[in-house]
Amino acid sequence: MTTLLEVEDLRVAYGKIEAVKGISFKVEAGQVVTLIGTNGAGKTTTLRTLSGLLKPIGGQIKFNGKSLKRVLAHQIVSMGLAHSPEGRHIFPRMTIEDNLRLGAFLRNDKPGIEKDIQRAYDLFPILGERRKQAAGTLSGGEQQMLAMGRALMSQPKLLMLDEPSMGLSPIMMQKIMATIAELKSQGTTILLVEQNAQAALSLADHGHVMEVGNIVLSGTGHDLLHDESVRKAYLGED
Amino acid sequence: MNELPQQLVNGLLLGSMYGLVAIGYTMVYGIVQLINFAHGEIFMTGAFGALTVYVYILPDGTSMWVALPLMLIGAIIVAVLVAMGAERFAYRPLRTAPRLAPLITAIGLSLALQQAVWAWYPDAKSARTFPQIPGGPFHVGNVTIQTGDIFLLLAAPVSMAVLGYFVMKTRTGRGMQATAQDPDTAKLMGINTDRIIVVAFALGAAFAAVGGVAYGLKYGQIEFRMGFILGLKAFTAAVLGGIGNIYGAMIGGVVLGIAETLATAYIADLPGMEKFGSQSWADVWAFVLLILVLLFRPQGLLGERVADRA
Repeated sequence: MTTLLEVEDLRVAYGKIEAVKGISFKVEAGQVVTLIGTNGAGKTTTLRTLSGLLKPIGGQIKFNGKSLKRVLAHQIVSMGLAHSPEGRHIFPRMTIEDNLRLGAFLRNDKPGIEKDIQRAYDLFPILGERRKQAAGTLSGGEQQMLAMGRALMSQPKLLMLDEPSMGLSPIMMQKIMATIAELKSQGTTILLVEQNAQAALSLADHGHVMEVGNIVLSGTGHDLLHDESVRKAYLGED
Repeated sequence: MNELPQQLVNGLLLGSMYGLVAIGYTMVYGIVQLINFAHGEIFMTGAFGALTVYVYILPDGTSMWVALPLMLIGAIIVAVLVAMGAERFAYRPLRTAPRLAPLITAIGLSLALQQAVWAWYPDAKSARTFPQIPGGPFHVGNVTIQTGDIFLLLAAPVSMAVLGYFVMKTRTGRGMQATAQDPDTAKLMGINTDRIIVVAFALGAAFAAVGGVAYGLKYGQIEFRMGFILGLKAFTAAVLGGIGNIYGAMIGGVVLGIAETLATAYIADLPGMEKFGSQSWADVWAFVLLILVLLFRPQGLLGERVADRA
């Protein structure tokens, strides 16, 4: 197995406030790895740093064997790291199809792009039905599908999903989680950030529990799902 | 005699010039939420660029039909270089500063550019004569079009078509739309947003330069202060059309031009308004229109986002 992402002693701060205080973890190719934890634990900050939107104050990020230290956000995408951000952030005034095309902004293979757009529609048929509609008119769950579809358009080696289930109805959440499972079975490597620990851990090969900027517990998805402290803190059991 | 068609055509021509300059305000605002108050001076340096080509580079007596395209290129080169320089050295270092800092920088830059032209451009302390297209004027029915305005008549629609094509059809244009809607997410798509910002400044400057040449041809002279009032008018046009919307800029320009022209022509006919019809009141009516728009339709005619600060 090859290590796709290697994070070592990563530290990120907003001004003087350190939001990520030296975390280390790995993502192997083909795995689903999840970061779980409550609001303010530093999960989103970690993802935004990995994709270059934030600059770390310390530590190492290696992606596919290369350091990301001096790589700018828009170049990181071309290395094969795609990020579906928290809150979805689709482009509301563009059509669904244009949103997907923007996901393929760096690609030049027209037939390949068309094929992948079709693949996104196969994965999420509702997007295909509404392809000419402005993305801002979609429901939250549909926007989440679009954000995921768009991230896949760059043909990433690693797909980072930030809170894909946030604000969704239970049915929609199941649908999104089923899609993540489907992507996993197709061999997509995924780094999943979730507050919904149950759903995330059931899918994940590995999980890391974050608390106020630190990883406090790591293990396989299965082990964490059955860990007593995790069950107490995140799965709402006494 | 019915002079309304003539007034409408005058307004349309004046408004197209406002629109050409307004594009720059609206594009830069759409991408970086900065009101670039030095944009009027970029328009001015464009006009001086064109003058430089005619007076100092081309041999005396060059036909205007040969000179005009070269002057246009000169104007665009000068304006684009000034705008890119301003972006690189004045605005980029302040990208993360509070909103007021780049705004004040823009005002300072506006004054600095005016004074630089005043101080260093030969004989620019007073107005300089701008070369004219020979022939004309032209008569269509009972409407007269001045020769200098023929340029605007062609340049404005061509510019809009070029801009529309660029923004809607090219890769950089789509990157620009994405950056305007959500800059961080645009980066996640692999869009180099720093480059997009430079392109927005450069493109706005190019259209302002076309406007600068139009101004010289229309009024026959240019001066270092020409960008001040015209810049404010163009900014008004951008707000009127809905700042952030490139088609709004052109529409806002035309509406403003026509409103200003009609007000100047007809307001004196109203009872008690005899004093307010002269040309010197034209600016007042333009800015009254701005105030009315801000009061009753702050998002502008085509209604995109509104300047929330500054």
